[in-house]
This record gives sequence, structure tokens and C-alpha cells, in this order.
Amino acid sequence: MERHHDSATVSIAEIRSLLKEVNDPEVPVLSILDLGIVRDIKVDGDKVEVVITPTYSGCPAMDMIRTEIGAALGRHGYGNVRITTVLSPAWTTEWMSQEGKDKLKAYGIAPPNPLQQVCHVRPFQREEAVQCPHCHSYHTRLISEFGSTACKALYRCEDCKEPFDYFKCH
Amino acid sequence: MSESTFLFQYVLHLADDVLILGHRNSEWTGHGPILEQDIAISNIALDLIGQARNFYQYAAQLSNEEGISATEDSLAYLRDGWDFRNCLLAEQTNGDWAKTILRQFFFSAHQVDLYAWLAKGNDTTLAAIGAKAYKEAIYHLRWSSEWVIRLGDGTEESHARMVRALDELWKFTGELHTPVPYELWATGAGIGPDLSLLRLKWEERIKNIFDEAGLTYPSTQWMQTGGKEGRHTEQLGYVLAEMQFLQRAYPGCEW
Repeated sequence: MERHHDSATVSIAEIRSLLKEVNDPEVPVLSILDLGIVRDIKVDGDKVEVVITPTYSGCPAMDMIRTEIGAALGRHGYGNVRITTVLSPAWTTEWMSQEGKDKLKAYGIAPPNPLQQVCHVRPFQREEAVQCPHCHSYHTRLISEFGSTACKALYRCEDCKEPFDYFKCH
Repeated sequence: MSESTFLFQYVLHLADDVLILGHRNSEWTGHGPILEQDIAISNIALDLIGQARNFYQYAAQLSNEEGISATEDSLAYLRDGWDFRNCLLAEQTNGDWAKTILRQFFFSAHQVDLYAWLAKGNDTTLAAIGAKAYKEAIYHLRWSSEWVIRLGDGTEESHARMVRALDELWKFTGELHTPVPYELWATGAGIGPDLSLLRLKWEERIKNIFDEAGLTYPSTQWMQTGGKEGRHTEQLGYVLAEMQFLQRAYPGCEW
């Protein structure tokens, strides 16, 4: 679909709502807005700039996310789109929306705890209990600090015995 | 050397350290002692190679400003061994799990203070990369510290392996804090830390964990250096042979 957008018709709110269509390819239940990686949207005439930041330095999904943003906006007639990556300030799970956390839990991934308990350098120092996304028990155990993607750790519930991913605090 | 050359060399050094260590760690992918730790070391490799990309992109930008054509890929894949500026510690072979763990522990214990420093340094690009990488380094340090304790204070066999790993790697640790000219320049410019101050923090981190792990902090003073100025051990050649093969054999190949 080709559509002409001039500065009067392009609104930042419209671009933002279109970005809801772009999901994190590794956690497809989350949009990039839920994840908190969209840092800015700039509009100048018919030019659109979307500023994003990676969750982790080596996040392999970034190239795909860039392509998907271009494609999603292109589908709605925005041809002049620039996607910029910034590193500062560094992404934190604090930027994840509550809606995003709810979606994660419903999907079977424990959402990140609030930040203050984490990333302490002391060995064997454990953060606050992580709640099982299946049976809601707090009686859970860390299996591995690392999981299937850079942003997750592996846990097991001692009550329902199910293993689950925890979206680690960062 | 001019200021821009010093900065370029410094950024390249930061990049090469994490690319080479990341590549070494990635050699474990599919070969880890158990699945969870295979995933862990592969994730650490991914973080490190991601950090390397950020540094290489900046290095490429710096050389383009000087009119020299370079990309993150050409810097990683098309330079020879003597052009690499990584510490000798990064290129050492994986050996067994104990040696890989100890190498990562020594490095992470250095990186956390280095990156924390870069994050508040005068170069805004390095500050951004450093602030991001710091959070990852903290996580790697905790993970590797736990393994050093688990193995050092574990069975007779695991303890013996940690002692052997320590024996093999210790002589490469001094280079982390022995400054070369581009690092002295970076310190003077407020871009990089004073390595003699970082050394004190590093020693304290190592001693604390070694105490818990039942390992003796070595008294050996003699240290092997040279990597940061392109004089490497034979191990780097093997890393490059594997890592660069595709781009050397099929220039510009993409998939």
C-alpha cells in the first residue's frame, strides 16, 4: 500500500502504535514497546527515525528487529524510515511495561523482579524468590544463571516441579 | 603516534580482548560438561562478541575519519596476528573446564573495574559501551567466581585441576595491568583508567575468592607480556586460522 504522508499527517503516536506490530523474535509474545527498547521516535516532514537500544551487547535479534521495524512501517506507507541504535543509557528491565510483564507470565516466563535485589557480585548471593509462572509458588530454585537467550535464566519450581525461564533482572 | 592513532589502538585493544576471549569461549558450544553450562559459556561468548562489535564499530569509525577504509568485519577478519592487541591471557587454549573458568574469572575481575571506569571516562562512545558491558561483566564475574569456589573447594580432583590451571595461566595475568604506550596516553587523557589502581582492586577480588576456594594466591612475580603490542603466543594463530578462514577463502562472503 502506497500512501503519502506529509508532516501534518505523520504523528509520533501513530508510529508508536504501528510499532506494537513488531515483536521480539526471541520472545514473540512481547512487542518491542513492551520490552522497552524503543527509546525515541522522531518525525521530520515525511522522514521517520526510530531509536532503539539492545537489551544485551550481543543480542542477536537486533538486526532482525531493525528489518521488522522497516517492514512494519513500510506496510503502512512509510518509506523514509531510519533506524538508529544507541547504547546509552543502557537498557534495564525497569523499562519493561507492566503489560509486558503480564504477557510474559501468561506465556510461561517469569517476569523480572524489581531491580534492587540483583546483579550483586558476591558469589552464591541469591536474589529475592522468583515466582513460578505456572503455579505461582515462590518455592523455586535456580538451575542455571544462563538460559535459552541472553536475557533469561533457568529455574525450577519445587512445588509443581516444572522448569521455567526467568527473564533475569538487568 | 598522533592522538587519533593512540585512541584507535586503545579501542582496538579493548575490542580484540573480548573478541578473542569470546571466540575461545565459543569453542565450548556443543562441548560443555553439562547442557546448562554449555549454554552458560556460550551466552558469555555472545556477550563478549557483542561488546567486541561495539568497540570495532567505533574503531572503524575512527579510521574512516582518518580517511582509512575499515569496517567492523575487516578489523575482525582481515588483520594478521601481529596487528591484534589482545592480552595473551585471552588467547590461551581452553584446556579443561577449570582452565576456562579461571581464565574467565581473571578477565571478568579485570573487566568490571575497567568498564566501570570507562563508563565515567571522557570519551562518550567508550562510556556508553562501558556502561552497558559493565552489567554483563558483573554477571560473568559472579558466575565464574562461583565456579572457582566450587572447583577449588570441591573434590581432590577438581582442586588439583584448579591448581594446574593456575600454574598455567598465572604468568599471563600481569599483562592486564602493565600499561603500554596507548594505555598511558588514555590514562593521561582521562579516557582510560590508571592500571596501577585497577591492579589493587583486581588483586583484592582474586584473593577474596581464592580464600573461599582454598587456593593459594601465587607469589610469582615474573610475568609474560607482549600481546597488547602484537607479540603473541603461538595460540593466537590457531584462533585466527579458524575464525578468519571463511573471509580469507571467500572474501566478502555473507550468509
